[in-house]
Amino acid sequence: MDYANLFIKSIFIENMVFAYFLGMCSYLAVSKTVKTSIGMGFAVIFVLTITVPLNFLIDQYLLQAGALKWIGPEYAELDLSFLSFIMFIAVIASMVQLVEMIVEKFSPALYGALGIFLPLIAVNCAILGGSLFMQIKDFSGITESAIYGLGSGIGWLLAIVAIAAIREKIAYSNVPAPLKGLGITFIITGLMAIGFMSFMGIKL
Amino acid sequence: MNRDSNVYTFTFATLMVFVVASVLAYTSFSLKDLQNENVRKEKMQNILSTVGIKTDRDGAEKLFDQYIKEQLAVQSDGSIDSSVNVFKDVKLALELKKSPDTQDFPLYVAEIDSEKFYIIPIRGNGLWNAIFGYISLKEDLNTIKGVVFDHVGETAGLGAEITQDWFIERFTDEKLFDANSKLMGITVSKTNNDPSNLDKTDHEVDAISGATITGDGVTDMIKERITHYVPYFEFIKSSNSIAVVSNNNLNLN
Amino acid sequence: MSKNKVLLTDPLDDNNPITVQVLGICSALAITVQLKAAIVMSLSVIAVMAASNVIISILRDLIPNRIRIIVQLVVVASMVVLVDQVLRAYAYDVSKELSIFIGLIITNCIVMGRLEAFALGNGVWRSFLDGVGNAFGYAWILMLVAFFRELLGSGKLLGIQAIPDFIYEMGYVDNGLMLLSPMALITVGLIIWVQRSRNRKLIEQG
Repeated sequence: MDYANLFIKSIFIENMVFAYFLGMCSYLAVSKTVKTSIGMGFAVIFVLTITVPLNFLIDQYLLQAGALKWIGPEYAELDLSFLSFIMFIAVIASMVQLVEMIVEKFSPALYGALGIFLPLIAVNCAILGGSLFMQIKDFSGITESAIYGLGSGIGWLLAIVAIAAIREKIAYSNVPAPLKGLGITFIITGLMAIGFMSFMGIKL
Repeated sequence: MNRDSNVYTFTFATLMVFVVASVLAYTSFSLKDLQNENVRKEKMQNILSTVGIKTDRDGAEKLFDQYIKEQLAVQSDGSIDSSVNVFKDVKLALELKKSPDTQDFPLYVAEIDSEKFYIIPIRGNGLWNAIFGYISLKEDLNTIKGVVFDHVGETAGLGAEITQDWFIERFTDEKLFDANSKLMGITVSKTNNDPSNLDKTDHEVDAISGATITGDGVTDMIKERITHYVPYFEFIKSSNSIAVVSNNNLNLN
Repeated sequence: MSKNKVLLTDPLDDNNPITVQVLGICSALAITVQLKAAIVMSLSVIAVMAASNVIISILRDLIPNRIRIIVQLVVVASMVVLVDQVLRAYAYDVSKELSIFIGLIITNCIVMGRLEAFALGNGVWRSFLDGVGNAFGYAWILMLVAFFRELLGSGKLLGIQAIPDFIYEMGYVDNGLMLLSPMALITVGLIIWVQRSRNRKLIEQG
């Protein structure tokens, strides 16, 4: 499959936030400032770009029905796909633990700002979604899956930075008090999502 | 012992992996037979439902043996591979990954009141995950007798609605091939403009609002999976040419 | 006693998982197209949260800090997979309904969020209450959103037609947009508006 095609598709047309509505919790909670959003976005890109190809290898050589035939022909019947969830999540959680340690060491300010949402990257549905989609999309090689992971992450970053920028500007508008902050963010996200629906189903 | 020491962490992790793996593996393997039985009977239920026979899971096996007369493995050149037990051995998800000259596609032939029906398993991609089902054709190998759809994880209320009777009914009596015997498939379409589905030769049915991608998945899976059988259908038609021509004349009335 | 009661009542309003803690959003969008799905999901989440909060609380002094996220996830995932396996053998039809929810429960940020924020540092009984309380807080918002989406989007509730025919005959048409996820976001936004108008403590400053 054309790499550029796949890359563009995973950023815009199959945007994790606006097309599939994955990764919403962190997206809504962390987007208060552009600075934290960029930090979170990069963390997501990092985790996605590493875990999707890694999980691709695990799926190909361990989990898929018939994947174990490289050990010996008698294992060709084994279907370990019921372990997919746990294996993918274990890989993701390990990656997130690593990211947490790195962020804590190099940017304690970002670490404090992200709070509970840093460990929550591990259950960020966008990350697990990336791996699960990779499983059904049937990529022909590890490069494709890496591009898909990278593109999905970039799409998520763009989405969260966009909403953060809007939120920063909206601080100067006359939003009714009960709607300030979270409430108006939900509504704006909904409107942006309706806008992104125009991308749905486009075949490049 | 120091909870944060490397030795402790490593030991804990190993122990946890061992416990979890054992519990899950034990559960999975001891329940496997029961689970497989359920899946097997559901498969029979689905195949029978496409030819209008509704049964619960317990009665499915008997009716299956009664009505399904042949189970064939069709190859891409139209020949039959008689060494394959399609019901038991062919998993469409795996089969589709093989190279075209080694693929075997199941074809179930039912006989009800001396009328023959051809039942084909189909599989494709919905929005979130795989969608699959069965499609049965009348003796003319063109008119749909019935379909059944299922899915792994489509959205409840939207894509998941493909399993509902009101959607499935739209496919009955639709034609797959046009007047020049070209495979058109059935397009799940937003522009059908035929809400009561009166036109059975337009190769279209109404889509489900909010389930565009799942609907497109249905369209693609029908066309792609039927394509494998076209050579074999040609073979049947040419060996039964006289019978098929007179059937077509009756259908066009 | 009232200290424990607060664990059950706070998540219903002051500390609602969805509208205040901003957790569990993904499923609030995906599962609320039909009320029945929302109810099934709510019951599943209540069960999973109660069980996982208890288990992690019991293990809290044993879990090494460096792998705590993994341990939490493995506990939740194993439990959910176990339930799924048993259902597939003994209650196949129910499992087919629940299968799609399985993945959504494991990644539901509320489950993991409460494990991190509470169960890791509190006793078993209090963790149990916290789990159940948060699950109820999540459940009632879920059912509220699903109520409006199914009613306005398809004219039905629990699959049964809820808007009388004479209203359709007057020209009313189902609002198909309600069935799509963006409207779920807007609905939650409106719920937050109402909630914060009534509960002024929650209004964000600055």
